[in-house]
Amino acid sequence: MDVVSQLQKQFIDFSSSLYREGYVDDQFSQLHKLQDESSPDFVVEVASLFFDDAEKLINSMARALEQPCVDFKQVDSHVHQLKGSSSSIGALRVKNVCIAFRSFCDAQNREGCMRCLQQVSHEYTMLKSKLQTLFRMEQQILAAGGSVPLE
Amino acid sequence: MIGAEGASSSKKARISENPVSKNRPYFALVVDDDPMIRRIHSMILKSVGFKVEVAENGKEAVDLFRTGAKFHIVFIDMEMPVMDGIEATKAMRAMKVESKIVGVTSRNSETEREVFMQAGLDLCYTKPLTMAKIVPLLEELQKN
Repeated sequence: MDVVSQLQKQFIDFSSSLYREGYVDDQFSQLHKLQDESSPDFVVEVASLFFDDAEKLINSMARALEQPCVDFKQVDSHVHQLKGSSSSIGALRVKNVCIAFRSFCDAQNREGCMRCLQQVSHEYTMLKSKLQTLFRMEQQILAAGGSVPLE
Repeated sequence: MIGAEGASSSKKARISENPVSKNRPYFALVVDDDPMIRRIHSMILKSVGFKVEVAENGKEAVDLFRTGAKFHIVFIDMEMPVMDGIEATKAMRAMKVESKIVGVTSRNSETEREVFMQAGLDLCYTKPLTMAKIVPLLEELQKN
Protein backbone atom coordinates (compact mmCIF):
# COMPACT_ATOMS: atom_id res chain seq x y z
CA MET A 1 0.00 0.00 0.00
CA ASP A 2 1.50 3.37 -0.94
CA VAL A 3 1.92 6.18 1.58
CA VAL A 4 -1.17 8.13 0.46
CA SER A 5 -3.41 5.05 0.59
CA GLN A 6 -2.08 4.21 4.04
CA LEU A 7 -2.72 7.74 5.30
CA GLN A 8 -6.20 7.71 3.76
CA LYS A 9 -7.04 4.39 5.43
CA GLN A 10 -5.82 5.69 8.80
CA PHE A 11 -7.93 8.80 8.31
CA ILE A 12 -11.05 6.79 7.47
CA ASP A 13 -10.55 4.51 10.47
CA PHE A 14 -9.98 7.43 12.81
CA SER A 15 -12.88 9.44 11.44
CA SER A 16 -15.20 6.42 11.74
CA SER A 17 -14.16 5.97 15.34
CA LEU A 18 -15.21 9.53 16.18
CA TYR A 19 -18.75 8.76 15.04
CA ARG A 20 -18.82 5.25 16.50
CA GLU A 21 -17.63 6.45 19.90
CA GLY A 22 -20.13 9.28 19.92
CA TYR A 23 -17.70 12.19 19.87
CA VAL A 24 -19.43 13.65 16.83
CA ASP A 25 -22.75 13.12 15.12
CA ASP A 26 -24.26 13.70 11.69
CA GLN A 27 -24.11 17.49 12.11
CA PHE A 28 -20.30 17.24 11.89
CA SER A 29 -20.65 15.28 8.69
CA GLN A 30 -23.02 17.93 7.31
CA LEU A 31 -20.39 20.61 7.96
CA HIS A 32 -17.88 18.65 5.89
CA LYS A 33 -20.35 18.48 3.04
CA LEU A 34 -20.51 22.28 3.00
CA GLN A 35 -16.74 22.60 2.58
CA ASP A 36 -15.51 23.20 -0.96
CA GLU A 37 -12.60 24.76 -2.84
CA SER A 38 -13.93 28.27 -2.19
CA SER A 39 -13.86 27.58 1.57
CA PRO A 40 -11.31 24.77 1.95
CA ASP A 41 -10.75 25.42 5.66
CA PHE A 42 -14.39 25.84 6.64
CA VAL A 43 -14.51 22.93 9.09
CA VAL A 44 -11.20 23.92 10.75
CA GLU A 45 -12.45 27.52 11.04
CA VAL A 46 -15.73 26.43 12.63
CA ALA A 47 -13.89 24.08 14.99
CA SER A 48 -11.55 26.93 16.05
CA LEU A 49 -14.53 29.14 16.78
CA PHE A 50 -16.09 26.32 18.80
CA PHE A 51 -12.86 25.79 20.78
CA ASP A 52 -12.69 29.53 21.66
CA ASP A 53 -16.36 29.60 22.60
CA ALA A 54 -16.29 26.39 24.65
CA GLU A 55 -13.20 27.35 26.64
CA LYS A 56 -14.66 30.73 27.57
CA LEU A 57 -17.94 29.14 28.59
CA ILE A 58 -16.35 26.37 30.66
CA ASN A 59 -14.18 28.95 32.46
CA SER A 60 -17.26 31.07 33.10
CA MET A 61 -19.13 28.07 34.51
CA ALA A 62 -16.20 27.28 36.81
CA ARG A 63 -16.03 30.86 38.08
CA ALA A 64 -19.79 30.97 38.66
CA LEU A 65 -19.70 27.68 40.60
CA GLU A 66 -16.82 28.90 42.78
CA GLN A 67 -18.90 31.76 44.17
CA PRO A 68 -20.01 31.45 47.80
CA CYS A 69 -23.57 32.00 46.62
CA VAL A 70 -23.93 30.26 43.27
CA ASP A 71 -26.10 31.97 40.68
CA PHE A 72 -27.53 28.83 39.08
CA LYS A 73 -29.35 30.85 36.42
CA GLN A 74 -26.04 32.23 35.25
CA VAL A 75 -24.45 28.78 35.24
CA ASP A 76 -27.44 27.48 33.30
CA SER A 77 -27.09 30.29 30.79
CA HIS A 78 -23.47 29.30 30.08
CA VAL A 79 -24.40 25.62 29.84
CA HIS A 80 -27.26 26.46 27.51
CA GLN A 81 -24.88 28.36 25.23
CA LEU A 82 -22.41 25.49 25.20
CA LYS A 83 -25.23 23.08 24.42
CA GLY A 84 -26.18 25.24 21.45
CA SER A 85 -22.62 25.51 20.17
CA SER A 86 -21.94 21.83 20.58
CA SER A 87 -25.17 20.95 18.73
CA SER A 88 -24.17 23.23 15.89
CA ILE A 89 -20.80 21.59 15.37
CA GLY A 90 -22.03 18.06 16.08
CA ALA A 91 -20.15 17.60 19.36
CA LEU A 92 -22.49 14.92 20.66
CA ARG A 93 -20.82 13.91 23.92
CA VAL A 94 -20.34 17.52 24.99
CA LYS A 95 -23.97 18.25 24.14
CA ASN A 96 -25.22 15.27 26.14
CA VAL A 97 -23.28 16.33 29.24
CA CYS A 98 -24.79 19.80 28.87
CA ILE A 99 -28.28 18.29 28.92
CA ALA A 100 -27.56 16.56 32.24
CA PHE A 101 -25.79 19.66 33.54
CA ARG A 102 -28.90 21.80 32.96
CA SER A 103 -30.98 19.42 35.10
CA PHE A 104 -28.60 19.99 38.01
CA CYS A 105 -28.77 23.75 37.45
CA ASP A 106 -32.57 23.58 37.55
CA ALA A 107 -32.37 21.61 40.79
CA GLN A 108 -29.78 24.09 42.14
CA ASN A 109 -27.60 21.10 43.01
CA ARG A 110 -24.06 22.46 43.36
CA GLU A 111 -22.38 19.07 43.72
CA GLY A 112 -24.16 17.72 40.68
CA CYS A 113 -23.12 20.82 38.78
CA MET A 114 -19.49 20.41 39.84
CA ARG A 115 -19.49 16.82 38.63
CA CYS A 116 -20.98 17.89 35.32
CA LEU A 117 -18.43 20.67 35.01
CA GLN A 118 -15.65 18.09 35.38
CA GLN A 119 -17.33 15.86 32.87
CA VAL A 120 -17.96 18.57 30.28
CA SER A 121 -14.39 19.78 30.65
CA HIS A 122 -13.11 16.24 30.13
CA GLU A 123 -15.33 15.61 27.10
CA TYR A 124 -14.37 18.93 25.57
CA THR A 125 -10.64 18.26 26.07
CA MET A 126 -10.99 14.82 24.50
CA LEU A 127 -12.95 16.18 21.55
CA LYS A 128 -10.50 19.00 20.92
CA SER A 129 -7.62 16.52 20.91
CA LYS A 130 -9.44 14.15 18.56
CA LEU A 131 -10.41 16.90 16.13
CA GLN A 132 -6.89 18.32 16.10
CA THR A 133 -5.62 14.84 15.28
CA LEU A 134 -8.20 14.54 12.49
CA PHE A 135 -7.18 17.87 10.99
CA ARG A 136 -3.50 16.91 11.20
CA MET A 137 -4.26 13.70 9.34
CA GLU A 138 -6.02 15.68 6.63
CA GLN A 139 -2.98 17.91 6.25
CA GLN A 140 -0.68 14.88 6.04
CA ILE A 141 -2.76 13.40 3.23
CA LEU A 142 -2.74 16.67 1.30
CA ALA A 143 1.01 17.13 1.88
CA ALA A 144 1.57 13.64 0.47
CA GLY A 145 -0.31 14.65 -2.67
CA GLY A 146 -3.51 12.79 -1.93
CA SER A 147 -7.12 13.85 -1.45
CA VAL A 148 -9.04 13.61 1.81
CA PRO A 149 -11.66 10.83 1.61
CA LEU A 150 -15.27 12.01 1.88
CA GLU A 151 -17.04 10.89 5.06
CA MET B 1 -11.18 19.29 1.68
CA ILE B 2 -11.74 16.89 -1.24
CA GLY B 3 -9.64 15.87 -4.22
CA ALA B 4 -9.71 17.94 -7.42
CA GLU B 5 -11.89 15.50 -9.34
CA GLY B 6 -14.18 15.14 -6.34
CA ALA B 7 -14.36 18.91 -5.87
CA SER B 8 -15.46 19.71 -9.42
CA SER B 9 -18.06 16.92 -9.60
CA SER B 10 -19.29 17.77 -6.09
CA LYS B 11 -19.58 21.49 -6.94
CA LYS B 12 -21.29 20.67 -10.26
CA ALA B 13 -23.79 18.54 -8.39
CA ARG B 14 -24.44 21.38 -5.92
CA ILE B 15 -24.97 23.95 -8.69
CA SER B 16 -27.35 21.70 -10.61
CA GLU B 17 -29.29 21.05 -7.37
CA ASN B 18 -29.21 24.74 -6.53
CA PRO B 19 -32.76 25.97 -6.88
CA VAL B 20 -31.83 29.64 -7.07
CA SER B 21 -28.80 29.62 -9.40
CA LYS B 22 -30.87 29.77 -12.56
CA ASN B 23 -32.86 32.79 -11.34
CA ARG B 24 -32.06 36.16 -9.85
CA PRO B 25 -30.15 35.89 -6.59
CA TYR B 26 -31.96 35.68 -3.27
CA PHE B 27 -30.63 37.68 -0.34
CA ALA B 28 -30.51 36.40 3.21
CA LEU B 29 -29.60 38.08 6.49
CA VAL B 30 -28.18 35.96 9.34
CA VAL B 31 -28.52 37.59 12.74
CA ASP B 32 -26.67 35.92 15.62
CA ASP B 33 -24.19 37.02 18.26
CA ASP B 34 -22.27 33.72 17.96
CA PRO B 35 -19.60 33.96 15.23
CA MET B 36 -19.63 30.18 14.81
CA ILE B 37 -23.38 30.16 14.13
CA ARG B 38 -23.04 33.09 11.70
CA ARG B 39 -20.34 31.15 9.85
CA ILE B 40 -22.27 27.89 9.69
CA HIS B 41 -25.61 29.40 8.75
CA SER B 42 -23.99 31.66 6.13
CA MET B 43 -22.24 28.67 4.60
CA ILE B 44 -25.43 26.60 4.43
CA LEU B 45 -27.28 29.47 2.76
CA LYS B 46 -24.45 30.23 0.33
CA SER B 47 -24.27 26.56 -0.63
CA VAL B 48 -27.76 26.82 -2.10
CA GLY B 49 -27.09 30.12 -3.82
CA PHE B 50 -28.12 32.84 -1.39
CA LYS B 51 -26.15 36.06 -1.15
CA VAL B 52 -25.66 36.41 2.61
CA GLU B 53 -25.09 39.30 4.96
CA VAL B 54 -24.62 38.96 8.70
CA ALA B 55 -25.46 41.01 11.75
CA GLU B 56 -24.18 40.43 15.29
CA ASN B 57 -27.33 41.53 17.08
CA GLY B 58 -30.87 42.73 16.59
CA LYS B 59 -29.93 46.41 16.46
CA GLU B 60 -27.50 45.84 13.57
CA ALA B 61 -30.23 43.98 11.72
CA VAL B 62 -32.77 46.74 12.25
CA ASP B 63 -30.19 49.37 11.22
CA LEU B 64 -29.57 47.49 7.97
CA PHE B 65 -33.25 47.73 7.09
CA ARG B 66 -33.31 51.40 8.14
CA THR B 67 -30.53 52.13 5.64
CA GLY B 68 -32.63 50.59 2.87
CA ALA B 69 -31.15 47.09 2.69
CA LYS B 70 -33.57 44.47 1.46
CA PHE B 71 -33.53 40.77 2.10
CA HIS B 72 -35.81 38.00 0.97
CA ILE B 73 -35.32 36.14 4.23
CA VAL B 74 -33.94 36.81 7.70
CA PHE B 75 -32.68 34.13 10.08
CA ILE B 76 -32.61 35.60 13.55
CA ASP B 77 -31.46 34.24 16.91
CA MET B 78 -33.68 34.84 19.92
CA GLU B 79 -31.06 35.68 22.56
CA MET B 80 -28.57 38.39 21.64
CA PRO B 81 -27.01 41.33 23.47
CA VAL B 82 -27.88 44.98 22.65
CA MET B 83 -31.21 44.00 21.04
CA ASP B 84 -32.60 40.47 21.16
CA GLY B 85 -34.45 38.66 18.41
CA ILE B 86 -37.88 39.36 19.87
CA GLU B 87 -37.37 43.13 20.01
CA ALA B 88 -35.65 43.19 16.63
CA THR B 89 -38.47 41.25 14.99
CA LYS B 90 -41.07 43.61 16.48
CA ALA B 91 -39.05 46.59 15.23
CA MET B 92 -38.70 45.15 11.72
CA ARG B 93 -42.42 44.44 11.45
CA ALA B 94 -43.20 47.93 12.77
CA MET B 95 -41.04 49.23 9.90
CA LYS B 96 -43.23 47.18 7.52
CA VAL B 97 -40.39 44.83 6.63
CA GLU B 98 -41.98 42.19 4.42
CA SER B 99 -39.07 39.74 4.40
CA LYS B 100 -39.76 36.27 5.63
CA ILE B 101 -38.38 36.25 9.19
CA VAL B 102 -37.36 32.88 10.59
CA GLY B 103 -36.48 32.59 14.27
CA VAL B 104 -33.62 30.24 15.13
CA THR B 105 -33.24 29.32 18.77
CA SER B 106 -31.78 26.74 21.12
CA ARG B 107 -34.67 27.27 23.52
CA ASN B 108 -37.09 24.36 23.78
CA SER B 109 -39.68 26.09 25.94
CA GLU B 110 -42.97 26.34 24.06
CA THR B 111 -43.82 29.55 25.94
CA GLU B 112 -40.59 31.25 24.90
CA ARG B 113 -40.99 30.15 21.29
CA GLU B 114 -44.59 31.38 21.26
CA VAL B 115 -43.46 34.79 22.52
CA PHE B 116 -40.87 34.85 19.73
CA MET B 117 -43.50 33.88 17.14
CA GLN B 118 -45.86 36.56 18.43
CA ALA B 119 -43.18 39.18 17.75
CA GLY B 120 -43.83 38.66 14.05
CA LEU B 121 -41.92 35.58 12.90
CA ASP B 122 -43.10 33.52 9.98
CA LEU B 123 -41.74 30.44 11.66
CA CYS B 124 -39.29 29.30 14.29
CA TYR B 125 -36.65 26.59 14.05
CA THR B 126 -34.47 24.94 16.65
CA LYS B 127 -30.74 25.36 16.06
CA PRO B 128 -28.85 24.31 14.09
CA LEU B 129 -30.17 25.19 10.65
CA THR B 130 -29.87 22.31 8.23
CA MET B 131 -30.43 21.77 4.53
CA ALA B 132 -33.65 19.95 5.35
CA LYS B 133 -34.97 23.11 7.01
CA ILE B 134 -33.73 25.53 4.34
CA VAL B 135 -34.81 23.80 1.13
CA PRO B 136 -38.59 24.07 1.76
CA LEU B 137 -38.09 27.78 2.51
CA LEU B 138 -36.31 28.24 -0.82
CA GLU B 139 -39.06 26.45 -2.67
CA GLU B 140 -41.63 28.70 -1.05
CA LEU B 141 -39.65 31.82 -2.01
CA GLN B 142 -39.47 30.63 -5.60
CA LYS B 143 -43.22 29.94 -5.76
CA ASN B 144 -43.87 33.49 -4.55
